[in-house]
Amino acid sequence: MEMRSDLGRVRGLGSAKEGAAQWWAQRITGVALVPLCLWFVVSAISLVGADLAAFKTWLGAHGNALLMVLFVIALFHHAQLGVHEVIEDYVHGEKAKVASLVAVKFVAALFGASCVLAILRVSFGG
Amino acid sequence: MVEFALPANSKVVEGKTHKAPPGAKNVRVFKVYRYDPDDGGNPRLDSFEVDMDTCGPMVLDALIKIKNEIDTTLTFRRSCREGVCGSCAFNIDGTNTLACIKPLDEIKGDVKIYPLPHMPVIKDLVADLSVPYAQYTSIEPWLKADTPPPTTERLQSQEERAKLDGLWECVLCFCCQTSCPSYWWNGDRYLGPAVLLQAYRWIADTRDEHTGERLDDLEDPFKLYRCHTIMNCTSTCPKGLNPGKAIAEIKISQAQRR
Repeated sequence: MEMRSDLGRVRGLGSAKEGAAQWWAQRITGVALVPLCLWFVVSAISLVGADLAAFKTWLGAHGNALLMVLFVIALFHHAQLGVHEVIEDYVHGEKAKVASLVAVKFVAALFGASCVLAILRVSFGG
Repeated sequence: MVEFALPANSKVVEGKTHKAPPGAKNVRVFKVYRYDPDDGGNPRLDSFEVDMDTCGPMVLDALIKIKNEIDTTLTFRRSCREGVCGSCAFNIDGTNTLACIKPLDEIKGDVKIYPLPHMPVIKDLVADLSVPYAQYTSIEPWLKADTPPPTTERLQSQEERAKLDGLWECVLCFCCQTSCPSYWWNGDRYLGPAVLLQAYRWIADTRDEHTGERLDDLEDPFKLYRCHTIMNCTSTCPKGLNPGKAIAEIKISQAQRR
């Protein structure tokens, strides 16, 4: 039975005094993804039907490798920020919330790092 | 997780039908949510047939007529009947609004009236607003200044005063607050559009000297950043205000001071 006052409950543990950085990061990565996505889609279409050698040559170009790495980092960072928000919205059990937040960060880091590694290996001729 | 199923005893069942008086020619049906915590039953939807030839033009006129002439147990809040007290906020025809300034001729078909969504119901159309009231208290909605009071008023230029337009008009009816899905899911921690609009009313006030502390208290993933610019708040506000914009201004202020 909870007999705490409404004001006490509403004030709770007080303000986390953070959130602006995450909000800003979400917007920055979102803005970055607009040109990067366009570039990625155009590039993917232009490579339709290309063989492995042609693709390796394409990714071997400095500019393409650079944009690809930026695209992957922005994409996974933006995605995990977005899923973070969704979990905070809908997962209300404290344990489930923390576990799913950690899982999302790990999965994003794993896939993001794996993509970057793959890009580097191909572009360095691995 | 989100509760998709309704809690026990909350399924709304069909209620009583109150027929129009004999001889009534211009009859309209009002379907009104009824809940009595004392009888232990489910909430129900009562139908009231109202003679519109003897009824005023607004939804509140019909509710008062029903209470006066058909069923005196119908319970709802009302006071000013002109949109300044914020008491008679209900979900009318699917949208939160003030019954006193909602014309009946804007509604097609039966008039459906429910309490404000997603709040505990005390009785019939009376929602329990103690949490939003406490949230309003928590933002300390009063002028805070360390400069000793002058012998006259604390002055503002006309431009400074203009920054409060669109904010001071809020009557705290909580139509916006209870229309916000983010508030439905996280109403215990998210302050909600009405309270954030009021918070911004004091952040925007140039006579206030505690802007930074106010922003400190709001910078929180739940208190402020649960707003996902869904904008139900702005589309439902019966006073035509824009809580969504006020929240955006707070977010911009948080970014500006970084």
